[in-house]
Amino acid sequence: MSGPSLMDSLFQRTLEDLIKGLRQQLIGEQAFISKALEEIRKEIKSTDLSTKSTALLKLCYLSNLHFHDMSFAAFHALEVLSSPRFSHKKIAYHAISLSFHDSTPVLLLITNHLRKDLTSTNEFEVSLSLQCLSRIANVDLARDLTPEVFTLLSSNKLYVRKRAVAVVLRVFEKYPDSVRVCFKRLVENLENYDPQILSAVVGVFSELACKDPRSYLPLAPEFYKILVDSKSNWISIKVLKIFAKLAPLEPRLANRVVEPICDLMRKTGAKSLLFECVRTVVTSFSEYESAVRLAVEKIREFLVDEDPNLKYLGLHALSIVASKHLWVVSENKEVVIKSLSDPDPNIKIESLRLVMAMVSEHNVAEISKVLVNYALKSDPLFCNEILGSILSTCSRNVYEIIVDFDWYVSLLGEMSRIPHCQMGEEIENQFIDIGLRVKDVRPELVRVARDLLIDPALLGNSFLHRVLSAAAWVSGEYVEFSRNPLEFMEALLQPRTSLLPPSIMAIYIQSAFKVLVFCLHTCFVRGGSTAGVSASASYESFDDLSVENGADSTVAHGQTCTSAPITNESIVNLLKLVELALSPLLGSHDVEVQERARNLLGFVDLIKLEALNSSGQEENDSERKGVEATKIIRLVHDAFSKELGPVSLTAQGKVPVPDGLTLNENLGDLETICGDIELPSSNTFSFGYPSEEKDVSSFSNLQIKEDSGQSNESTSLLAEHRKRHGLYYLPSGKSEVISNDYPPANDPALQGDNNDNASDLVKLTAESLVPKRKPNHSKPRPVVVKLDEVDEKPVAVKQLESRDDSLSGAVRDILFGSEDILPTSSRSNLPNSNRKGKKKQHMITQVESKENVVDDGNSSSRRRKDHSHGKERRHRKKNAEERNETDRKEKESSSNHPRRHKSRQRAEEPLKVPPQTSVIPDFLL
Amino acid sequence: MIHFVLLISRQGKVRLTKWYSAYSQKERTKVIRELSGLILTRGPKLCNFVEWRGLRVVYKRYASLYFCMCIDEDDNELEILEIIHHYVEVLDRYFGSVCELDLIYNFHKAYFILDELLIAGELQEPSKRTVARLVAAQDSLVETAKEQTSSITNIIAQAAK
Repeated sequence: MSGPSLMDSLFQRTLEDLIKGLRQQLIGEQAFISKALEEIRKEIKSTDLSTKSTALLKLCYLSNLHFHDMSFAAFHALEVLSSPRFSHKKIAYHAISLSFHDSTPVLLLITNHLRKDLTSTNEFEVSLSLQCLSRIANVDLARDLTPEVFTLLSSNKLYVRKRAVAVVLRVFEKYPDSVRVCFKRLVENLENYDPQILSAVVGVFSELACKDPRSYLPLAPEFYKILVDSKSNWISIKVLKIFAKLAPLEPRLANRVVEPICDLMRKTGAKSLLFECVRTVVTSFSEYESAVRLAVEKIREFLVDEDPNLKYLGLHALSIVASKHLWVVSENKEVVIKSLSDPDPNIKIESLRLVMAMVSEHNVAEISKVLVNYALKSDPLFCNEILGSILSTCSRNVYEIIVDFDWYVSLLGEMSRIPHCQMGEEIENQFIDIGLRVKDVRPELVRVARDLLIDPALLGNSFLHRVLSAAAWVSGEYVEFSRNPLEFMEALLQPRTSLLPPSIMAIYIQSAFKVLVFCLHTCFVRGGSTAGVSASASYESFDDLSVENGADSTVAHGQTCTSAPITNESIVNLLKLVELALSPLLGSHDVEVQERARNLLGFVDLIKLEALNSSGQEENDSERKGVEATKIIRLVHDAFSKELGPVSLTAQGKVPVPDGLTLNENLGDLETICGDIELPSSNTFSFGYPSEEKDVSSFSNLQIKEDSGQSNESTSLLAEHRKRHGLYYLPSGKSEVISNDYPPANDPALQGDNNDNASDLVKLTAESLVPKRKPNHSKPRPVVVKLDEVDEKPVAVKQLESRDDSLSGAVRDILFGSEDILPTSSRSNLPNSNRKGKKKQHMITQVESKENVVDDGNSSSRRRKDHSHGKERRHRKKNAEERNETDRKEKESSSNHPRRHKSRQRAEEPLKVPPQTSVIPDFLL
Repeated sequence: MIHFVLLISRQGKVRLTKWYSAYSQKERTKVIRELSGLILTRGPKLCNFVEWRGLRVVYKRYASLYFCMCIDEDDNELEILEIIHHYVEVLDRYFGSVCELDLIYNFHKAYFILDELLIAGELQEPSKRTVARLVAAQDSLVETAKEQTSSITNIIAQAAK
């Protein structure tokens, strides 16, 4: 393609034209920009560098402010970079630092340009290329340009030198070996008295110290001097940051530094420096009582200040303090509570955090009450912020701070009624979790659930649907605690339930099933068809039954509160109600809902046929039929009455395949039964057990006798599970129980097994639960079932990146190797001539300079050794051995310098190679 | 360190972006969208700090422009506010009571000034006078180059006639 003509470059739009045009355009911004981009694409190919650079500048503008891709111009940017003119270079560097990244293909070509400019005599060119390097350096660039940067570190132009210092950070990060070359010069710059240089160096060290503070301990004396002498707030802030990192590592250092920091805190007028002092003290010097007191005093000043910034920072500082000195927060309680109604949401959130930090076993009730009141009044966002933090604080560590669960459960109910509440999911989880874990709270839980379910208004709030689903589940699962199960039936089947999403609708139907079975059981099994059965009676039968079944005792609850009579008549009404409410759902589009509705209706039909129709007929017949019905009811009831416990995530792995369970048995005939069952979506919570159970048991009831039914149940469950998790089944079938990587909390397979008569499994699950129960019976606090595996989150082992590792490793080598000379400032032993040939063989240079460093270390230490190149390593080893020896000697006579010796040992700790000299110079001791 | 610097107008128009940490073009757009939603909606007389993705954004409004800088959690917010103010003062000195239009039309100059102030996400030059001097020196370098250019183009233009 032919380049743009001369005319084009003459009439090229400048950047200003572009901006003006963009502001006055009539054709729409996008159209204008794409037209401009087209022009740029043409112009940038021009051979005239001025045209090219203008095009590049325009492209930068578009890329920068309108986010258009400019990667196509990467090579053109390099071309402009080669221009001898400063203005072109400037534009090119700007473009490059804007658009280049590690994977830009032409990055390799830039090395020589940068090198040329780094060695330029024009300080501005040098600065431009440094600036660019600080942005785009990758491993290769950092490696290749280390020698140049090293030279610039001692440039006599301050302007260049401070930039070189800043760039070193990036170079170190990308290419840790450069530390061996540059570190010493960097440290030298610490002694510079020019504030610009000092600020740059201290900045670099504060960043480095963030990553691995321990390596920089030996430099503490220099930092100390800067801290004491510094006149500039910027520098002081950075040094404080360094000390905040170093002090926790070395108590003697902390002792030494804490006074100057307090002085600074008293004297300074600058808020930024003051805050930095406060933060340093509260994070790293929290064991120095007086310092903390002073800091707290300052925090209080911040808190009552008009300026919202200071207030926010004051609260922030308080939250740092809170972890160690809670009294500070309590002292400032009024301010904190008042800030909850601050107009600034950020301040509110910060103070909320603080309030939550104050929560303890004793005050959780009061605080929650206050907060819920705040939540009622505040905007939706903050309201949910409050609710969320109450929920997470209270549930922390398996409800550690909750003593009165009845109160907490009713609080949950109250919270879900707050109009803005959107924490449905969390409340849902806690409802169920508490139900499973805390037996004693179940009656109250059922009461709360009833209140929620019965209120038709709540059904309209979609945020509450999750809560309602939990309430429905609770009502079904713990129906035996309810005063009036019939009420539940009505609540569960009320017309407005049509507002619920299908997945929750299904839970409603399922719970209705359970409640119905419970009612029938109470009515028929216990009391025959006589009227007015009280639940306490039904209780005994219930217990009897569970004993009969040989299962572990399910409910050992003495107290019952069912008072409403369940009469034959009410049962008839109930069945009618069910039919009325559910028959429309038979045509539901959601398979789950349809399926469950059908099950329930099928069951109702069965009962009607067996029991109620006979009531008008003669006695014998009725009795006989009644027996049939009773049998069915009892069977289904048993199926539902197994208690669900919390199951640890890893429990599945503990379950061995039971004997006599052939996993590769032909399950073809079960297919016909279970084939059309739509499996429940796994995103509903731990519902696996009851739903599966129901499907299976109601079917198997129809077909199979009770005895054989049990084992068949488990096999059909298995088949289902296999269907659901087919992915995890191996053909051998051996890995049935082990292979499931992420079983839901109540895994159907596990529960199925549990349901099986194989008592060893029951024992096993019991075992996994029992030992973790709190043996604390003297306390009024109810037992909360805990699971080790669930509650212990795997602690993320903090692993340093290898890059950091090698970086700090290199730093340590240098520092600990050359420590002795650092304070005594006998430096710059690196001859300049050494660096001449570096372009080609920087690797060699590194070795050399490293040796030099070692040399230095030795020259001032007691043991002087003859070094010859290539033997260095061996020498070091020797040194190490010798050191060990001297160490031992010193140990014998350690009474002379006990502290000194200690310090040396400390330093050796992180090192593979023992250092030559002590780490912390005497000055600190 | 400072991760990036943004200048956003009250209408949400971006006036300047400078990235010291690696962000891809896509992320940049996203960051700006998120932050302008977060910051522009905040009323006056609230604090100048916003928590964002585990980092902290310090912003300050000058006339119709929001100056935002994103820093690490443990950096000093007040110091950053001072840096922002410092930058604004330098701009003011350079343009002579700076306004948004100055920054719109001289967008590259605003960058170059920022480059004198910050490097690799750290404050470099705490002295306003020095910055002014440095920028002026570089400007004169550019100017002389420009004069040359224009004379050359003139020559070419004449030759082309």
